[in-house]
Amino acid sequence: MSKWTRRAFITTGIVAGGGLLVGVAMRPGNQVKDLAAKLGEAGDDLVHTYIKIDSDNVITAIVPHAEMGQGVHTTLGQMLAEELDADWDRLEVEEAPAIGEYASYSAGRRYLMAGIDFPNLVIPTVDGIMMRVADTLNLQITGGSMSVRTTGFLAMRTAGAATRQMLRQAAADNWGVPVAEVMTENSHLIHAASNRREPYATFAAQVAEMTPSYTPTFKDPSEYKIVGTHKPRRDIPAKVDGSAKFSLDVRLPDMLYASVLRSPVPGADVVSVDDSAARAIDGVVDVVVIPRASVNSMLGETLSTEAVAVVADSYWTANRAIQELQVQWSETGNESVSSEQIAAQFDRDLSAATERETDRMQGETEAAFSNAARVIDAEYHVPFLAHTCMEPLNATADVRDGRAEIWVGCQNPLGFRRDVALTLGMDPENVTLHNHPMGGGFGRKARPDYAMQVAILAREVGRPVQLIWSREEDVRQDFYRPAVQSRFRAAIDGENNLLAWENTYTNKNEPIEAPLIPYAVAAQDIGYVSSPVHIPFGAWRSVDHSQHGFFTESFIDEVANATNKDPFEMRAQLLQDSPRHLAVLSRAAEEAQWSNPLPAGRGRGISLQESFGSIVAQVVEVTVDEGNVSVDRVVAVIDPGLAIAPDGIAAQLESGIIYGLTAALHGEITIENGAVVQSNFDDYQAVRMNEAPVIETHVINSGHDIGGAGEPGTPGIAPALANAVYDATGIRVRQLPLNRYDFNTLVEETGVVG
Amino acid sequence: MSTSFWVNGAEQTVDVDPSKPLLWVIREQLALTGTKFGCGIAQCGACTVHVDGQPVRSCVTPVSAVEGRQVTTIEGLAPAPGQLHPLQQAWIEHQVPQCGYCQSGQLMSASALLANNPNPSDADIDAAMQGNICRCGMYGRIRSAIKSTSVASNSDDQLFYNVAGVNHV
Repeated sequence: MSKWTRRAFITTGIVAGGGLLVGVAMRPGNQVKDLAAKLGEAGDDLVHTYIKIDSDNVITAIVPHAEMGQGVHTTLGQMLAEELDADWDRLEVEEAPAIGEYASYSAGRRYLMAGIDFPNLVIPTVDGIMMRVADTLNLQITGGSMSVRTTGFLAMRTAGAATRQMLRQAAADNWGVPVAEVMTENSHLIHAASNRREPYATFAAQVAEMTPSYTPTFKDPSEYKIVGTHKPRRDIPAKVDGSAKFSLDVRLPDMLYASVLRSPVPGADVVSVDDSAARAIDGVVDVVVIPRASVNSMLGETLSTEAVAVVADSYWTANRAIQELQVQWSETGNESVSSEQIAAQFDRDLSAATERETDRMQGETEAAFSNAARVIDAEYHVPFLAHTCMEPLNATADVRDGRAEIWVGCQNPLGFRRDVALTLGMDPENVTLHNHPMGGGFGRKARPDYAMQVAILAREVGRPVQLIWSREEDVRQDFYRPAVQSRFRAAIDGENNLLAWENTYTNKNEPIEAPLIPYAVAAQDIGYVSSPVHIPFGAWRSVDHSQHGFFTESFIDEVANATNKDPFEMRAQLLQDSPRHLAVLSRAAEEAQWSNPLPAGRGRGISLQESFGSIVAQVVEVTVDEGNVSVDRVVAVIDPGLAIAPDGIAAQLESGIIYGLTAALHGEITIENGAVVQSNFDDYQAVRMNEAPVIETHVINSGHDIGGAGEPGTPGIAPALANAVYDATGIRVRQLPLNRYDFNTLVEETGVVG
Repeated sequence: MSTSFWVNGAEQTVDVDPSKPLLWVIREQLALTGTKFGCGIAQCGACTVHVDGQPVRSCVTPVSAVEGRQVTTIEGLAPAPGQLHPLQQAWIEHQVPQCGYCQSGQLMSASALLANNPNPSDADIDAAMQGNICRCGMYGRIRSAIKSTSVASNSDDQLFYNVAGVNHV
C-alpha cells in the first residue's frame, strides 16, 4: 500500500496500524484478506499475522526475518510455539513475504523508544505508529543481532499468546464452559471435567474472525517447554543433501546469465567501452552498461555506480567475456589514494583534533593527567575489511509487461523491493521479491546494489537473467568495514591506580556505545574526529564493536601490564559495580583456569565486551613457535539474558569468533591507486580447518533483558588473541592483522603519542 | 563437441565447449545445483565433487577431463534415495551447517577422506579439509562430526555448550 488513507490504516491496521501485534482477523471488507490470499491455501486459516493453522492441525509460524545461517526461523518459531502451546513436531516455519504487513515495526519500539515503559493501553497505538514508520521506510531488516530481541520478544510471543487466548475463548464458547477451565497442550484444547480434547484446527476459522489481544498474558518462564531447550534447526536437513535453494540455484525457463564489472576506483562511471572482443565470444548475448543509481535506507545511501555487464548463455561464458572488455572509467580524483595515505590522513586528523566530538566525558581528565605519576599511551590501527560471504552476490530477475519479479537472498526484502522498484521506475506493488536463504550475509546483503543491477539487465534483454558477481568483483566492490585509527592515554597515580582514560579515534558509525568501556575509571574522555575516505562504508559483523573491542580491550591490558597487575584481576577490580560483567569475566577465567601457569612459548589473553545487549568474555590460549602463532583454545562465556536456543547461541559464538579470528589473523583490504588490491581467497585469506581453535561456550542465563547472539562473539577475539600473544612473546600487537608482525624478533613498538 | 561421463550413476552427454569447467556443466546443463560456486580458482572448496572417488575442485576442472569417468555430486552422496550418508547424518546431529552454502563441498571432501582413511587423526582432518572454507566458521563441528563417524568413535563426546543460571524473562 503506497498511500495511507485513514481507512486503509484502520483496516490493514488490523495487520498493521490498528494493529500489528494484533492480528489479522480475516473479516469481510478487511484488507487482511489479501494477506490470507497471499499466504494461505484452501483449508488454511490465517488466525494471526504470524500464524496459519491448516485443517490437519499443522501450524505455520510466519517469520518476518531472513535466514543466513543464524537459525532465526527455528528460534523465532520456538518463541511463538512456546506461547501458543503448539506441537513443535507439527509446527512449520516459513519466511514472511516482502510486503508491508511484515515491516520491522518491533525494532522501532525496542530501539527508538527504548527505556519507555508504555502502559498496555497505548501499546497498540505506539506499535501502530511504528508499523507505519517501518512500512513507509520499507524496513524488513535482519541484522544488528535484533531478531530475537525485537520481533521475537515483542511480536512472536505476543502472537502466540494472543492466539492461544482466542482459541481457549472459542472452545469455551462452543463447549459452554468457563474459559478458565480450558487448557492447551500440543496444539490441542482440553476441558478435563467434560473429557473434551479438540485440535486447534477445529476452532481456527472461528478464531480468524476474532480480534486478538494486544496485550495477552505470557507464560511464566518456569513453564517453558520449548524456549531454552535444544530444538534441531529446521533448515539444516536441506543443507546436507544439496537440496537447499539459494538464490544462485534459481532456474527459470529461457534464463540467461550475467557477469558484471565496476570501476576499480569507487565512484567512477563508464567513459567508453570496447566490447568487440567480448561480443566475439560464442554464447555472448549482449553487453549492457548499467546506469548509476542511488537509494537510501537506514544504512545510509547505497550508491550503485555505472557498471558494464555481459549477458550470455552460460555464466562461464559471461565471466570470460567480461575479462575481454576494454573499459575506460571516469576520473574521481582518488586515483592516487593508498592505504598509507589514508593512515597518514588519520594521523593528521587525530593530531589536529579539530571539531572533536565526544562520546563520553566524565570526571576531571585534564587534572588527572597533569597530576599523574605517569602516563601510558598507545595508538592502534585496523584496516578495511571485506565481508566475503561464501555465496557470492547474485540475483535473478524477470522484468516484463510492467511487472518485475526478483529472486535474491538479502537482509532487507521489503527495502530491496522498494529499491528495485525505484530503479525501474515502477510502483513497488508491481515488484514481487522472492527471498532465499543467504549463503552468508554479515551485513553485506543489506545493500541492494546487486539486485538493482540485475533488474536493469533483465529489462534490457527482455528475458530472465541471473547475475552472479565473480569473487573478484565481490572483494573489490564491497561496502567495507572501515579502517580506524585510535589513540589512547591513561593517567596512573603513584600507587599504580588508573585515574583517567582518554581515547580519540577516527570516524564514528554504529552502535554509538561501541568505544565505551565498562570499567570504573573516574575520569574518562572518549571522542572522535571525522576523517573522510572514498572507500564505501559497510556494516560488517558487529559493526564498530569489531574495531573498538580490539582497541579498548588491548589498551586496558597494556595498562595492567604497565602497572604490574594481572589483566584479569585488574579488570575484575574495576567491575565491582557491574555484577553482570564481573560474573561473565570471572566465569571465563575460571573455565579457562586462568591462574594455572603455561609453559614457555604459550600465552593466555582475556577480553570482555558488551555488544547488542549481550556480555561476552573470552580467554584465548596461543602457542608461538618459531614466530608462528597458533590459536589453541578459546573459552567463551556469554550472558544473553536468556538463551532461547542454547545450541544456536553456542553456534553463533563459534561463528562470530572464527569470523573475528579471520580478521585478526589475516584480514586486510589495502588500497593502491585508489582501488582495492585484494581479489579472492588466495590474497584475502579466511581461517581454515588447520587454524581453527577448539571453542568452548558457556551460557549464563542471568534473567536480564534478552540480548543478541549473531554479533557479540566477534569483537572480543582479536583483543584476547593479541593479549595472549603479548603474554607469550612480550610483543604488543597494535595493528591488525597479526600477519604484519614478525614474532621472531622481540622488538616492541613504542607508543606514538607523546 | 560432446562429452560423455557418469554423474551419480547415470550417463550424461553434454554438447559444450570442452574447456567449460565441470562446475558450470553440472549446474547449467545438468541442473544439479547442490554443487556451489565460491571462488572460481580452487581456493575455497565449495565446488568439490568426486571424480572416480577422488575429491576435485570442479570450478577448475574442464569437462573434457572427466570424459568416461564417474562423477559424484552432493546429490549422489547418499547410498540410496531417502537415505543419508553417515556423514550427512552426523552433520545433522552436530548441527553443523549455518548458512550451509559451503557444506556440499565440505561433505564431499570429508566423505573422500573417510573412504580412504576410516580413522583420521586431527592432522589428517586438517590436511584433507583445509581446502574448504566455511565463513560461518563451523570447523569445530565439522571436525567433531567427522570423528563421530570414524570407525574408532564410539560416542559423541564433544561438549559444545553449557547453560547455567536461572530462567527469567
